[in-house]
Amino acid sequence: MIEFITGDLFQLIWNGLFVGSFYALVALGYSMVYGIIKLLNFAHGDIYMLGSFIAFVLLGSVIGFLGTASLPILLLVLLITMILTGGIGVLIERVAYRPLRNSPRLAVLITAVGVSFTLEYGVRQIFGPAPEVFPFRLSGESVEVLGGRVSVPQIVLMVIAALLMWVLQLYVMRSKEGRAMRAIALDPRATLLMGVNVNRVISRTFFIGSALAGAAGVMAGAYYGSIDFLMGFTIGLKAFTAAVIGGIGNLYGAMLGGLVLGLLESFGTFVLGGEWRDVFTFACLILFLSIRPTGILGARIAERM
Amino acid sequence: MSALVLADVDLYYHRVQALDRLSIDVQENEIVALLGNNGAGKTSTLSMISGLVRPNAGSVTWRGQDLAKLQPWDIVAAGLLHIPEGRRIFSTMTVHENLLIGGYLVKDQKLIRQRADEAYALMPRLAERRSQQGGTLSGGEQQMLALGRALVGGPKLLLLDEPSMGLAPLVVKQVMQIIEHVRRNGTTVLLVEQNARAALRIADRAYVIEGGSVAMSGTADELAADPRVIEAYLGA
Repeated sequence: MIEFITGDLFQLIWNGLFVGSFYALVALGYSMVYGIIKLLNFAHGDIYMLGSFIAFVLLGSVIGFLGTASLPILLLVLLITMILTGGIGVLIERVAYRPLRNSPRLAVLITAVGVSFTLEYGVRQIFGPAPEVFPFRLSGESVEVLGGRVSVPQIVLMVIAALLMWVLQLYVMRSKEGRAMRAIALDPRATLLMGVNVNRVISRTFFIGSALAGAAGVMAGAYYGSIDFLMGFTIGLKAFTAAVIGGIGNLYGAMLGGLVLGLLESFGTFVLGGEWRDVFTFACLILFLSIRPTGILGARIAERM
Repeated sequence: MSALVLADVDLYYHRVQALDRLSIDVQENEIVALLGNNGAGKTSTLSMISGLVRPNAGSVTWRGQDLAKLQPWDIVAAGLLHIPEGRRIFSTMTVHENLLIGGYLVKDQKLIRQRADEAYALMPRLAERRSQQGGTLSGGEQQMLALGRALVGGPKLLLLDEPSMGLAPLVVKQVMQIIEHVRRNGTTVLLVEQNARAALRIADRAYVIEGGSVAMSGTADELAADPRVIEAYLGA
């Protein structure tokens, strides 16, 4: 028991928090979009995939040019990729979702699934079905923290994720535009009467959510080293699960849900074995949906953002 | 010169006609009341002025500008602020945040703070509840918050939809006093009310709307003395 606490326990917590911070980044976009237009954007996971592929191309050309890459270059690529995936998110909303703004929700949901397939098989057409090797791997020593081993890349990525979420939190809770975003989540019609250009705020929300998903995609590529056109599918569903666990539509809920899901997975696979990972995750989703559909924060903080 | 003019306006929701050749006008710095029963078209009139719905025929102009061509946010930018029925406070935001979002289109941060302070001075109850969530306020306080929120936007024309709804008589009186104060400071007011008695007490002129068009109009005093108005709307 003592050995478990000193050794495995902290290792499991570290692993869970690491994976969870990816889930949280993707879950944020899911949750924010749901919060303001009540759409489950099933194409969101594919934005993560696009982020990986855009960074794959960018890094590939940089390395072709300079012969090498480094962490600062990765950060620059991360930034450019975020802007590009953010733009793609805005475009998708404009083309696929906005014309259906007043249609039944099911119609938009089906459209989202269509967008998802379009992105997946579009990328497959360009890059082929085989996984690509990400041109740059973050590598570094491991350090011992509280009995668990954490690698330097893991720490770097977690710090980036935490920074992005901190900035987002400031933006949504403190800025004028963030306030408008929360207002739309509460009452779109009343927000219109405040002089808020609702279309612009919705576009901005898609931009931010897609930029965060793109960032997670770049980070996943640099960490796992292999990317493929379907990689967004599972993480999309897991981000959805994380958003539900935290309380969908709720900003802090998405962050918390991501970390909680990462931890649940980490401990679940420790007990059940790695091959049970996805079974366990989606069993958690079903459990939450049936027992506590409002999520952990759903009841305490009001339903939406 | 008329500030707001609605001329022969028709409005349909799908096949249902809400407004039928409605014509009203509001002069600068007037309080004009729109009276009438449920479904007469009062709320539709306000929604159309603020750009939430579009007229099917006729014209809506504010100081000579055609409002029917503008987006709702452009209409707010022109100084027309609409306080909707049921106040529509942002329930999980604090009182102060509710006030701040009223100044969404105001660029000057100092001006927003100054107007919020003026709203607090005018309605001290709000100042006491500054960091409380809007949804926890009483109906009267929410109405005051809705008024304060609009005032931070610096309205030239205030469109008020049933501000007295669900309030105790004493609170209705307070709300009406605030509206009079706002007008004294130079704002024009178009007031939709079912509480005709309270509305006629502060209005200069009024229209009675029935079936989407004007049934009667005149100064507030004339209408308050009109036997038809007394029978149908003042419950005498």
